Amino acid sequence: MVLQTNLKHVASAAEHSELLKNNENVMICCGRMGPMCLPVYDIMEELQDEYPNVAFRDFLFDNPDAAVIRNLPEARSFMGLPFVIYYKNGEVVAAASSIQTREQITEILDREFK
Amino acid sequence: MEENQFDVIVVGAGPAGLTAGIYLARAKAKTLILDTGTVGGQLVLTHEIANYPGVESTSGYQLSASMKKQAKSFGCLIKSNVRLSELKLDQDLKTVVVNGKMVYQAPAVILATGGRSRMLKVPGEEDFKGKGISYCATCDGDFFQNKEIIVVGGGNSALEEAVSLTKYAGKVTILHEFDHFQAFAHAVEEARQNPKIDFIMESHITGFSGDERLKKVNCKNLRTGELFDKEVDGVFIFIGYEANTNMLKNTAVELNQWNEIVTNEYLHTNLKGVFAAGDSRAKKYRQVTTAVSDGTVAALETLAFIHAKKEAF
Repeated sequence: MVLQTNLKHVASAAEHSELLKNNENVMICCGRMGPMCLPVYDIMEELQDEYPNVAFRDFLFDNPDAAVIRNLPEARSFMGLPFVIYYKNGEVVAAASSIQTREQITEILDREFK
Repeated sequence: MEENQFDVIVVGAGPAGLTAGIYLARAKAKTLILDTGTVGGQLVLTHEIANYPGVESTSGYQLSASMKKQAKSFGCLIKSNVRLSELKLDQDLKTVVVNGKMVYQAPAVILATGGRSRMLKVPGEEDFKGKGISYCATCDGDFFQNKEIIVVGGGNSALEEAVSLTKYAGKVTILHEFDHFQAFAHAVEEARQNPKIDFIMESHITGFSGDERLKKVNCKNLRTGELFDKEVDGVFIFIGYEANTNMLKNTAVELNQWNEIVTNEYLHTNLKGVFAAGDSRAKKYRQVTTAVSDGTVAALETLAFIHAKKEAF
């Protein structure tokens, strides 16, 4: 169960765990193929070259294993797709809900990962 | 080194801009399309399109992806999610500065900057976006199972989405600033017949408050002036669209009182060599089909303009 995007996908909780273990900086967009999510995937795809030090991934919200994102304490107040989580050394350093602009995303990437 | 001289720069990669790009590039005009957001514009935000001739039913995402592919196949260069730092449109050679550093020039520009969802612009709106405030019922409706929500607006989108949200929510209140709705009669009737929906008329929201999530909206009755609060779990905002023309405010392009671009019948703006197409221009109907029509007309007029200019030399 993966999204139909051009990003690399996280398809299971085990992959999520491996991803965090093997990468210092990670951004995961957990959503569906909906109008609030698509622009975020699009922006992430474009940012991959600009931020080679960050692993950009998506994760299908309805995948049962996406509970590792849905149940994060940082996401407990979220009531809008997508859930966007930023990890450094396996720890959540920022989280955002609903559609984000390129400026909102790069502001977090620059603050946390540069 | 990146090429920066073009025959035409199209600002906006929605259906109007992509259509213009398809026509221009197919006619061998060197075309750059720039967009401050994602390719497809508002089209991407549409779940289902059932009235685009020749296509029985598709999603906005699929239709815009096809348009993008088609424009690129003819040779258009498309750059999305860029920041437009400067537009100089009143000279013979138009200049667009992107991300503060890249300078692109062309003798003609088509403005197809589209529209965007109108926000309430009241305190708390940005803070609670995704934490109780939503602009997409199909995306976020299921977060509000058996919750109490408000739908703001009185047009077709508001009334139809309110009915759709009753699949999830325990109670839906439609809050509208006028004493009547602008929606079609059948949409109003369907909402009125729904036992989960009630109405607050002649009122608007003045602010949002809560803690981690939205808890309360502050409202004002516009007829009596009474201020009142309402506890809610969510608010869905459908108050129409506005022209995406902020970037043009420091240019000499003529805008009307709603900040829409003023054009003549052939989509020429008041500036020579500057054309406009799609939802950002002053017009009555805004559909994908009318945007595509505008993109076609603007491209053909632009081609005539640049050919005449070349012949003059």
